[in-house]
Amino acid sequence: MSSPSNAVPQSSFESQAIPTAVLLPTRPMYWSVVRELWENRSIYVAPLIAAGVFLFGFVISMVTLPRRMREVLALPWPEQHERLVQPYHFLAGLLMAVAFIVGVIYCLDALHGERRDRSILFWKSLPVSDFTTVLAKAAIPLVVLPLVTFVLTVATQFTMLILSSAVLAGSALPVARLWTELSLLHNSFMLFYHLLTVHVLWHAPIYCWLLLVSAWARRAPFLWAFLPPFAIAVLEKVVFNSAHFARYLGYRFTGGMEAMPFGTGSSSMYAHSHLTPWRLLGSPGLWLGLVFGAACLEGAMRLRRYREPI
Amino acid sequence: MAVIEARALRKNFGASVALDGIDLRVEEGRILGLIGPNGAGKTTALNAILGLIPYQGDLCVLGRDPWSCRDQLMRDVAFIADVAVLPRWIRVSQALDYVAGVHPRFDRAKAESLLAKTTIPQNSKVRELSKGMVVQLHLALVMAIDARLLVLDEPTLGLDILYRKQFYDSLLNDYFDRSRTILVTTHQVDEIQDVLTDLMFIDRGRIVLSCTMEEFDSRYVELMVLPDHLAAARALGPIYERQVLGRNFLLFDGVGREQFAGLGELRAPSVADLFVAVISRQPRTAQGASR
Repeated sequence: MSSPSNAVPQSSFESQAIPTAVLLPTRPMYWSVVRELWENRSIYVAPLIAAGVFLFGFVISMVTLPRRMREVLALPWPEQHERLVQPYHFLAGLLMAVAFIVGVIYCLDALHGERRDRSILFWKSLPVSDFTTVLAKAAIPLVVLPLVTFVLTVATQFTMLILSSAVLAGSALPVARLWTELSLLHNSFMLFYHLLTVHVLWHAPIYCWLLLVSAWARRAPFLWAFLPPFAIAVLEKVVFNSAHFARYLGYRFTGGMEAMPFGTGSSSMYAHSHLTPWRLLGSPGLWLGLVFGAACLEGAMRLRRYREPI
Repeated sequence: MAVIEARALRKNFGASVALDGIDLRVEEGRILGLIGPNGAGKTTALNAILGLIPYQGDLCVLGRDPWSCRDQLMRDVAFIADVAVLPRWIRVSQALDYVAGVHPRFDRAKAESLLAKTTIPQNSKVRELSKGMVVQLHLALVMAIDARLLVLDEPTLGLDILYRKQFYDSLLNDYFDRSRTILVTTHQVDEIQDVLTDLMFIDRGRIVLSCTMEEFDSRYVELMVLPDHLAAARALGPIYERQVLGRNFLLFDGVGREQFAGLGELRAPSVADLFVAVISRQPRTAQGASR
């Protein structure tokens, strides 16, 4: 018998001599988020590709930029401003839409994929709590994606501005006009505020619901996420011939612009007059949504904890 | 101190009973083999010990209740739940980074030196590795964790014999010492016979045999009976009888060796022989546990 007594006897002392590294409580959280980024590279690749495609198109369109700029300069001020900022807002909207789609796909797979490929047994063999895991997964759509969107939008807008300035300067057109109309700092602040209010706070219950379904569904989380709300809306239509539920869902998806401090138009999105955070904080829809989202996350944690691993 | 202590451990899945009141005590520094047919409750027992499922009865692992203190327990317990549970997208280097990041008792240098003995390229993804390599990688990760209890559930299932042998050699030479405890389930009973210090058979949620390997060696003996003495040998009360190539092998439990004088040739039975003997003596009913 290859007896255990043959094993190196002093190794037991060695193992006790190794001081247990003290880990900060935030370290498992940090590595859990990093691991999500390793697995789901679309979180940053998809917005990068979208920005790249947009920038490519923008560069090609710069052939006609001097001519368009002369036209724009002949317009009265409000229209002039709208025409100038239009591509910059379009880019922001595009990247937000991409981030939303990536976030939805990510959430549906986040707690389902690890059970499907049984890797949950590996993750659960490490001292990372279900609380940390679910929170790290929720942080992807609620923190990482908005940050990626923000940084990428600002960087792309800045590149566009530099390129446009170079072209305009080459055609002896007023460059300063572009920079005053497109105050990058102000724009960035507005963008950040918009992302925080609409894409984080207002959309949070959507992402949390998807995470809950992802933790619960044994298969086809996509259907489980979208069919029940759809069924409720159809039922309401048939029974009461009304569409309150469907309207409410649409309101939640389209960003609930009415409840938001800005109007729906892209130009007014950045306008000063609508920036009233207290209107946002005072809307019960926001708080009900956040409570619903927190309940969904709690449910997802419990499912991951109490259910059998597979 | 007992590393694992269970009293009247029960687990039902609906109407089917997976664990039917198990009593179990595993001391520090032991290597216990938990052996049973498919659906005997092995994995359920391990899942309860690892705090993955709730249960009835008393269970204490390293002084803690595994269900309520799971997160703390996982600092001192490492496990390989099954072959091929490493995520297929992860790179070897990422796996090292991650475990080093979240596990306070992970020794990265040790994991790297264990991996250096294999042919696993550091930069490859798990999906590019062969099944044997994935198990080697998982074992390297787990052995670099300074855990007090290591739980292995069918760790070598589907591997060829070279990898299987290497796996247990590595476990004994590079990992095991008297302060650690290993709990392993497997179907390849004979291969781990020399590795174990304790043996436990489980069938339909009950422990049907539990002994140390010393007891196993002294208690059980197999007699290859000469045809003329078959009746005399049977009179000594064998627990199992089998025929191989026309010769009769009788397995005895706790019968003094001097009583076999002249009846035939004595030999040490394998664990697999005893397993077949013990399990086939269990009354079979139509209703079996589902896992």
